[in-house]
Amino acid sequence: MMQGMGHVRRGLGRLGLVVAIILMRTPSADVLPDSRADLFWSKYSGGGMNITGYSASARAKVTEDLALEYNEFIDKVSGASIDVLSQASQIKDTRKQKTGTIEFVHDKTTYTLSYINSVERDYRSNTTSFSLKQDMFGDLTTVSLGYANTTDAVGENNGTAFVPIIDWLGHASTKSYDIDLSQILTKNLIGGVNLNVVTDQGYLANPYRSVRYKDPSNAKGYSLGSQVYPDTRTSTAVQFEAKYYLPYRAAVTGSYRYFRDTWSIVGHTYELDYTHPISNILILEGRFRYYKQNHADFYNDLFDYAAEYRFEGRDQNLAAQDNTTLGLKVTYAWLPNGWRFFKRSTVTFDASRIQFKYLDFRNIKYYGLPQYQPGTEPLYSFDANVYQVFLSVFF
Amino acid sequence: MRVLCFTLLIASVLLSSACSGIQPWVRPYERDRLADPIMAWDRDAISSAYLDHIRESREGSRGATGSAGGGCGCN
Repeated sequence: MMQGMGHVRRGLGRLGLVVAIILMRTPSADVLPDSRADLFWSKYSGGGMNITGYSASARAKVTEDLALEYNEFIDKVSGASIDVLSQASQIKDTRKQKTGTIEFVHDKTTYTLSYINSVERDYRSNTTSFSLKQDMFGDLTTVSLGYANTTDAVGENNGTAFVPIIDWLGHASTKSYDIDLSQILTKNLIGGVNLNVVTDQGYLANPYRSVRYKDPSNAKGYSLGSQVYPDTRTSTAVQFEAKYYLPYRAAVTGSYRYFRDTWSIVGHTYELDYTHPISNILILEGRFRYYKQNHADFYNDLFDYAAEYRFEGRDQNLAAQDNTTLGLKVTYAWLPNGWRFFKRSTVTFDASRIQFKYLDFRNIKYYGLPQYQPGTEPLYSFDANVYQVFLSVFF
Repeated sequence: MRVLCFTLLIASVLLSSACSGIQPWVRPYERDRLADPIMAWDRDAISSAYLDHIRESREGSRGATGSAGGGCGCN
């Protein structure tokens, strides 16, 4: 047993040495990461929704300066959120996403070209992205520039979960610009700044969500109507992060993200991670995240009358809200000395619990109870559990 | 948009001066701790993209954390 543990430590030690040597090659070219393959399973349950995800991906270095990657992801959705429960039948759907990526290294620059295709019965999305990453200043600084172009087709299922009738409502196009900077600050500290600007144009509303307005002629005291969104949106997000190697072998990461958009949503995200390896075969990671936002300027939980304003929305994403996440991740290194052409392998379990609280989005599934007049229902909140298990092999 | 243009300008200056003679204050042989896998920004990209997709389907904020994938996540 002790001999086995020794092999494990030596295997990981050699791996660390290889990584260190790669990073120490100051004047030489950038290096692509190892080839790897991943099998991934995930489960999300919360707010009446159950989503099971499966993914398989493979990444291979064709040559020392060229790598190809392919990923396939399938989400199976069942149940329905609070919005759907208040007006429609339950949902049963599958989302399939395919991603192909080419990475090319020339000197100290890495070029990445990627294509993503995502298909649901009532939603089609295609994204093409390009990025380049440049190491500079003795490899103390890494700058990345990225651009992504997405076109979506948005539909609505007016049939049932089993006999769908899809009405295609419109298209949306999204352009995303990224600038990331990573900086080695000291022997133990790395800092990073990420800036992302996104512009959207087209049909941006969620067709499964509705506005509600006061309606004395309705026994419930309100009626539901269609959301009307602006057809453009521009958002800016900037994230500051730092990662510090503690006096013992462990790392702590802190980050803050500021977000604002032309719909007057301002969001703040705070995250703290602690990574602690044990015996070189286990890596434990604890995670805390807090997020809050105010509501969009055209959001209202209850409008005074139908078509009160030109733009109206009651999508819970647009409501004032906060949420808190606690997460735990365990990575176990097995086959650390490799087997045949495998260099090493890991299996990872990740669990998160997220508490969503809405500050001006009410739970209208309580309608009909005489004690709740429209606009006085309890505020909506729910807890979600997210589980991930994945197997990674490096070769 | 002004922020983007300004940042692009700064990035261009940095990229164009990448060959200048700035000496690294953390020498390559002093980076053993930074080379530890626990210091990687993102050890598991698929997992991070999945969590980002969950968040972006439920929050108004988006971006600056890496790719979140495509699709709607509407229901």
